[in-house]
Amino acid sequence: MGWTVDGFLRSLENATALERLQDLIAELRDALGVAHIVYHWVSADGQQYGCGTYGRDWCIRYVVENYLRIDPVILGCFNRFHPVDWNQLDWSSKAARAFRDDAIAHGVGNQGFSIPVRGPGGQFALFTLSDNADDAAWADFTHDHQRDLILIAHFFNQKALDLAQGRREEPSKPLSPREVDALTFLAMGYGRGQVAEMLRISEHTLRAYIESARFKLGAQNTIHAITKAITDGRIVVGGARRRAMGAWPGLQPSDVERPEPEHDAAARTAAE
Amino acid sequence: MLRYVYADDLHRFPRLADQMFRHRAAQFHDRLGWEVSVDGAGHERDEYDDKNPLYVIWQTADGGHGGSMRFLPTTGDTMVNDHFRHLAGAEIRSPLIWECTRFCLAPGAEGRVAAALMVACGELMRGFSLEHMIGVFDARMVRIYGRIGAAPEVLGRQGCGRGMIAVGLWSYAAADRGRVFARAELDPIVSEAWFRQGFGRPIEAPAAMAG
Repeated sequence: MGWTVDGFLRSLENATALERLQDLIAELRDALGVAHIVYHWVSADGQQYGCGTYGRDWCIRYVVENYLRIDPVILGCFNRFHPVDWNQLDWSSKAARAFRDDAIAHGVGNQGFSIPVRGPGGQFALFTLSDNADDAAWADFTHDHQRDLILIAHFFNQKALDLAQGRREEPSKPLSPREVDALTFLAMGYGRGQVAEMLRISEHTLRAYIESARFKLGAQNTIHAITKAITDGRIVVGGARRRAMGAWPGLQPSDVERPEPEHDAAARTAAE
Repeated sequence: MLRYVYADDLHRFPRLADQMFRHRAAQFHDRLGWEVSVDGAGHERDEYDDKNPLYVIWQTADGGHGGSMRFLPTTGDTMVNDHFRHLAGAEIRSPLIWECTRFCLAPGAEGRVAAALMVACGELMRGFSLEHMIGVFDARMVRIYGRIGAAPEVLGRQGCGRGMIAVGLWSYAAADRGRVFARAELDPIVSEAWFRQGFGRPIEAPAAMAG
């Protein structure tokens, strides 16, 4: 079976130890056919975690030469949140050019693409790909993969945070009532248009709720989000099916509309 | 012209930055009566200005601030999730959704400025593979956004009269790109050049080319 982004995210989700992330990042590198991929996170309290495929020589050299100070990738991405092609960075200083030459000599590659990741509480991490390619080919590659890479970078960061904090279970990110409603109706077999109508929102807004729920659940697509929500007991899909009368046992249409505290919604859903 | 500037680069544009924060005070504090704080310099600033947001600023022909807005990723701390979750109907977190707040127009700004800012909003979505922007804004702006061709879907409202605040979602697909550009009196090629300038090499002192 061929490599897919969904499959990769599934492997990522199943990882239970930080060491596993090193294998996964190497797998991703091979699958995408680039020279290197590196993930690096530095927390405000100085905790650090990183993994990647750079050679040991280069990592040692980077530290010894204190390249962190002059690396345009760090300077250009730190505290930002849009993906950055290395060609957009300022390599004009002599130190930056020398650094780049040294990086190329150590096999990093002449092209790079870095995705800054911002988490709650000011957490910052960087997910970087590098390769040997001409500018046009690299621009094509990053254009084609940008969306997937943004998702992969953020899921990778979530996983690294979860594992680094020594938590075996993913911290439960509560779904809001709207997200529960949206996933529940989808799980019941309603189409997006119908669900949007029932919740009295547009399909675009429904997509935003699904998108947000998907991220919280660490799911790679809508189907997976629904499956995971059911498995985790966050939504319960029982008796009422699509064509059943009365929409949902015990639920009035007015219940669906009413925003309520999340624990109430969870208790209610669990009780059904 | 449209400038894309992170907070930590605002010092390169002292005049633009000073005017932006003043105009925000004029709009949100003086005119709308929102509960915002204005410092001794006459600047309206909040905690999210300290999280290195991205600002999009319309720079007028004479180099001044014509209007602006502020962006943060929803994977980090955002105003919507911290304060307006009840209006959004959910805690919105996704790498493909950014938050847009402090949509501000300079006093006496040309009619095209609001549309130009919405152009920028669309360029950010297109450029960075975003699916949505979630915004907190003056509820009465909904009509104006609609006229521009970029109507948000309002998720919730709070307050009344001129103090009414709305939370809404924009999606790139739903916007009428042609109309937004027409209202902004902008050529997409020019907008692309501004975008490249904003996210390319460090931006030099205000260029001669201006809107």
